[in-house]
Amino acid sequence: MLVKGSEKRIFTVAPHAGMALTGLLADGRQIVNSCRDEAQQYKRFYGQAIPGKMLNQRISSYIQYFTLHDSVRPFGSSVILASYDKSGPGLYMIEPSGVSYGYRAVAIGQEKQVAKTELENLDFTTITSREAVMEIAKIIYKIHDDVKDKEFELELSWVCAESNGKHEHIPEDLLAEANKVGKQNLEADQFGSDEEMEI
Amino acid sequence: AMATSAMVGQGEVLTGTTIMACTFDGGVVLGADSRTSSGNYVANKVADKITKVCDKVYLCRSGSAAHTQAVAGYANLYLNQHAIELGEKGVSVKSAATIVKEIAYTNKEWMNAGMIVAGWDKAQGGQVFAVPMGGTLMEVPFAVGGSGSIYINAFVDKNWRAGMTRDECKAFVRKAVSLAISRDGSSGGVIRTVTVDAAGQNKEMVPGDQVARYQDEHLPTLGSNAPIFT
Repeated sequence: MLVKGSEKRIFTVAPHAGMALTGLLADGRQIVNSCRDEAQQYKRFYGQAIPGKMLNQRISSYIQYFTLHDSVRPFGSSVILASYDKSGPGLYMIEPSGVSYGYRAVAIGQEKQVAKTELENLDFTTITSREAVMEIAKIIYKIHDDVKDKEFELELSWVCAESNGKHEHIPEDLLAEANKVGKQNLEADQFGSDEEMEI
Repeated sequence: AMATSAMVGQGEVLTGTTIMACTFDGGVVLGADSRTSSGNYVANKVADKITKVCDKVYLCRSGSAAHTQAVAGYANLYLNQHAIELGEKGVSVKSAATIVKEIAYTNKEWMNAGMIVAGWDKAQGGQVFAVPMGGTLMEVPFAVGGSGSIYINAFVDKNWRAGMTRDECKAFVRKAVSLAISRDGSSGGVIRTVTVDAAGQNKEMVPGDQVARYQDEHLPTLGSNAPIFT
């Protein structure tokens, strides 16, 4: 009964930066709001887009603050921050503790361990944006292949040279292709490979 | 609007002034006279109106000496903090200009300051930003300001051209400022220039007796070192 596209977990926080959420989504949306304020204030004061590294530092400090006082509780959401600035693409993950690192690839959420294992197989030096879209789609489908899980909707965004440095959800046709590739890969997997038998 | 002694409180020090900044191929040249006046009294004959706000970015100041010094102080403070967070090399001329503009605009009711921000950064090269009274921000290839600027607007419009060399630009700035000094009672003294490019920043001065004089300013007697008008 859920309307498709009504529960988005990926948000644009600045023209050149986006954020993805897990955990308590309502908490995560507050982080998104703060992130948007921070980016806008920086632009206003310095006349330039906030570098990804700086935005990461600012929002991490903000999240950490909520671990200091009894009267508030920490955010119940981990976030991934993606950016594209003068120094190129940036990817950061911030936990409720306020700790954050920069990554070549990262996963958060229930199946993050499985996803991380899969991501490690990618070659970060050569992979293109489009290839990455397909690989991620495959991974997400793979994780969800358990009969127990609810039906899911794949949501993908990017910020790259191909999107002219703007953060946006990927084009419709690319999303359709990603879904197709994800499903196909899953079916190929299910019908097994010859390598499984070992005595 | 031109800053006049009628507009300010008794005894307030003005930089009735000529300031300018100009892009050339590879950088910028900033120029200014050195007269600070308080009414008819010349409070400082050798003032330095070109103030550094951060590495490779300078501010030309006209209007109230106090206001512009305060703005320069704040701009320097914010830009130092910014450089610490972002890394020295990341600070841009545009950021410096935006900060100056924000201060000027937010405090427009109380401010008497016409300023020019100019410098060089790796991303965009030499840039000039005008921040006239009121707090607008405009990126321009060249800008003039202060009470003396009105006398040289047409001159700079006519004579600036893109792609000048460093030396051509410096000579152009010196000539313009000397022409303004020639007609504006609130401008005088020495001509200071700062040249900023990839290689660095260079502060120079033309002493008062070497500033070009024109027409009937020439003394018929011998003994002057000033170049003859050409």
